[in-house]
Amino acid sequence: MKALTKKNLLILGSILLSFAIVQGLIMAGLLNAFYEITLATICINIILAVSLNLVTGFTGQFSLGHAGFMSIGAYVCAIINMEMRSTSGFLLGIFAGAIAAGLVGILIGIPTLRLKGDYLAIATLGMAEIIRVLFLNMEITNGAAGLSGIPRFTNWPWLCLFTVATVVLINNFLHSSPGRACISIREDEIAAESMGINTTKYKVMAFAIGAFFAGTAGALYSSYFYIIQPGRFDFLKSIDILVIVVLGGLGSMTGSIFAAILLAILTTFLQSFTAVRMIVYAALLVIIMIFRPKGLMGTTEINDLFSRRPFFGKKDERIE
Amino acid sequence: MKKLFVLLLTLALVLGSFAGCGGAAEDAEATEVKIGLNYELTGPVATYGQASVDGIQMAFDEINAAGGINGMQIKSVLLDNKSDSAEATSLATRLMTQDGVVACLGPATSGNFMATIPVATGNGIPVISASATADEGVTMDADGNVNDYVFRLCFNDSFQGVTMANFALNNLTAKSAVLIQDQSSDYAKGLAKNFVETFEAAGGTIVATEGYVKDDKDFNAILTSIAAKDFDVIFLPGYYQEAGLIIKQARELGITAPILGADGFDSEVLLQLAGADALNNVYFSNHYSNLDEDPMVQDFITKFKEKYGADPNAFHALGYDLGMYIADAIERAGSTDSDAIKDALASTENFVGVTGTFSMGADHNPIKSIVVIGLENGVQATSVKVDPK
Repeated sequence: MKALTKKNLLILGSILLSFAIVQGLIMAGLLNAFYEITLATICINIILAVSLNLVTGFTGQFSLGHAGFMSIGAYVCAIINMEMRSTSGFLLGIFAGAIAAGLVGILIGIPTLRLKGDYLAIATLGMAEIIRVLFLNMEITNGAAGLSGIPRFTNWPWLCLFTVATVVLINNFLHSSPGRACISIREDEIAAESMGINTTKYKVMAFAIGAFFAGTAGALYSSYFYIIQPGRFDFLKSIDILVIVVLGGLGSMTGSIFAAILLAILTTFLQSFTAVRMIVYAALLVIIMIFRPKGLMGTTEINDLFSRRPFFGKKDERIE
Repeated sequence: MKKLFVLLLTLALVLGSFAGCGGAAEDAEATEVKIGLNYELTGPVATYGQASVDGIQMAFDEINAAGGINGMQIKSVLLDNKSDSAEATSLATRLMTQDGVVACLGPATSGNFMATIPVATGNGIPVISASATADEGVTMDADGNVNDYVFRLCFNDSFQGVTMANFALNNLTAKSAVLIQDQSSDYAKGLAKNFVETFEAAGGTIVATEGYVKDDKDFNAILTSIAAKDFDVIFLPGYYQEAGLIIKQARELGITAPILGADGFDSEVLLQLAGADALNNVYFSNHYSNLDEDPMVQDFITKFKEKYGADPNAFHALGYDLGMYIADAIERAGSTDSDAIKDALASTENFVGVTGTFSMGADHNPIKSIVVIGLENGVQATSVKVDPK
């Protein structure tokens, strides 16, 4: 194993460079607080979209419950963070939130992932609703009023770190043996099973990893936006994430990243046009879906475009 | 791919030119004062946000027509937070750091309003809501310190519970009460808790406590068990959706006792659900009543009808007061410095508004009277002002 290949160094260098540029802009005051919020939204949405893409785009399991996992991460992190108002409390909160979400992902994944397609979508939807109603009725989560006064520790360095870590880890997972097993399930579950792949195991694995990172995103969200309420994590939030994934392309990590950036910039841009913003936003989604029915990137990644050597799923030849 | 990029690029350029125009025009005039409006114009609680904005705009139009504040015209920057608390934070930041507003009004609901508090504190720019009634976390932080830059124009939920208990005891001479509460909302829980405490402290007894959850439709089970009991009033903290059905079904079962509620009853839908026949002997507390004979209120109602062609509700009235209140504070501050405005807001004495005369308390909650409205055949027939102690 050569970890320090030319390619990896190039990637590392460009990540560090973009981090430094943004950090420099923030410190120079050119990127004010408002653009920082857009930046935070972008990073959080990238984590959510990439992790949902792992479940829906790469493993082919249609989930409508991503906001549920996000809310677990958000609440766990917020509760810990409000008790321990320090950076260590924040980090502990993130990991506890992510692990809690991952565990719930396993617990829910085992029974529900026996279902397929629409049935799975409904089951995950119900699961997210159960989580939401639980938070609505628990003492510690302060019911419908939610938790407020959460200290803000999330900032650009942390956001950058967690976003890059999520993308790298999920990317590495997809290139590993279990990752390829997940992709084979998407391509043809019966064929994969007949080749000796334990489909349930890999489906639950993808689901749990997706939930883990959704929990991370939720934790970052709660520590950035001061206040969380169960109503913020309803199924519309799950749909928002799904929109990013479908828009970017089911089965393309770079697609999810581009779509998250594009949509965040678009919403920020449209804020000034109060009356027409939702119409323009929706119309744009429709237009993109008409011209690019497979999403912005389809199933290709950005390095495929440059190298012309797609590593898998060359053209989209999936059996629908 | 190419087509798409062309499309996106065109769109970006078109929108960019719009944004550019807006920016240039704003800097041109220095004789105006900018106030941010961060409201729920779309999403689940859009009716509250839109009504508040209508009221505020009406107040601003009047002030601008009369020459503005100390010669400066008010320019409102209206943004839609989609009833989303994260969006409310984002917009508050935008208004304060990009648009250069001297104060922010809204959002209308407590949760969204709370999401803007840290932004206000961080930027040192006041935020004011006319309708965020939550007991905790609004004007005071968790440790009981007053949030310097946060104000509201409405009484909180617990005060309504206390008032309705006093109203039952004093005006209706009730000795015993039944509680039917919405278990799924914090608003109802807060009201119920304060009602019970006040009622029992004054020697009253709670005969029975029943619960329901949002979206329930059939209440006959709980109402039948209540009907057999002996009591003077029913306290029904909750929203109009369920309250309307409960009142209808209670009257059908022959329960004629007075039914009391809070500002959650204030909707046309209550009448549609319960029907005019059932809405007798029903009382609820509110911020404002159209029946108020105060000439100022009647004048407001006339002007509102001229402008919008409908009767104002409590949110319109609160919005109107909010617009007038911020203008008054800027005028008294004598400058557009946010800290001076904050001090002027905090030191308000006897501000006369359509929702009552108030002074700002040390905890940034207004000390104002509450209105208890009585319904007869579905129409608001009586209104009693209860002053704060």
